[in-house]
Amino acid sequence: MAEDFLATRAEQVQAFLARTPFAQEIGMRCEVMGDEMTAIMPYQDKLIGNFTIKALHGGAIGAFLELTAMAQVYLVTEHLDRPPRPINLTIDYLRQGHAKDTYARATITKMGRRMCSVQAEAWQDERSKPVTTLLAHFMVGAD
Amino acid sequence: MEDDATPRPEPWQVMGENLEIMTGGIPWGRRMAFRVTKLEKGRVWGVQPWKERLIGDPDTGVIHGGVLTAFLDNLSGMAASSSLDKARFVSTLDLRIDYMRPAEPRREILGEAECYHITRNVCFTHAWAYHESREKVIATAAGAFAINKPRTIESMRML
Repeated sequence: MAEDFLATRAEQVQAFLARTPFAQEIGMRCEVMGDEMTAIMPYQDKLIGNFTIKALHGGAIGAFLELTAMAQVYLVTEHLDRPPRPINLTIDYLRQGHAKDTYARATITKMGRRMCSVQAEAWQDERSKPVTTLLAHFMVGAD
Repeated sequence: MEDDATPRPEPWQVMGENLEIMTGGIPWGRRMAFRVTKLEKGRVWGVQPWKERLIGDPDTGVIHGGVLTAFLDNLSGMAASSSLDKARFVSTLDLRIDYMRPAEPRREILGEAECYHITRNVCFTHAWAYHESREKVIATAAGAFAINKPRTIESMRML
């Protein structure tokens, strides 16, 4: 993978997040390091799903993970000229998301010609204690 | 002594009387702007309006998949708690979403969820999102919900 491709693509990933209203809505940011990236969803009151226990809404974390997985695939797949379309996803809610910043990373398990399989996990304080994990498939080839 | 002549309402009846509060009381639910339109025991219907801020594809204006996830998650969770005989909260264990076809931009999305099986600890659900009917579905969801410790009917009213 060409080094200048990654630099350009990193900018394209950032540009995509910047002009996608829903990514802005959840306040998602991205830190790209070569072919790796860490996504950040800073805490906001509107992300709460249950305010008696001050827990983040599962749907907000799920959406954040879906966007993280999508951005990771877009980051490393040279022939894509736009972020990939999701086929399906499974979200595993492991722990309660607290009222604080959430981080996420995605790993591509298998890159195929038409589809790819991605795993992503979100955590808050300790990386070893994921709050939510996601398994998703995306279309990466022509339909 | 309990008065048998006035039976306590079932959880789904209390939920059905408080549809506005059920989603209005959740900040993220309010932000997503979805509404629950109808509720029966173990079955829930809702509407997710199209909103500019929910766009996931700036080129087409199609709503983000994550919005459908939150919508179907909520409807499924409500279908699960409404199917129980005692008032309980449920929490999502896992949720699988299949995207069948893209939603059309600037159109509201209808959804329905049903709880099709209950065990002592877990509720299993199916949900659908579509524009017109389930024949032309946008996304489907399969969920499993953990049943939490009991709550009183009164605490559900307080939601």
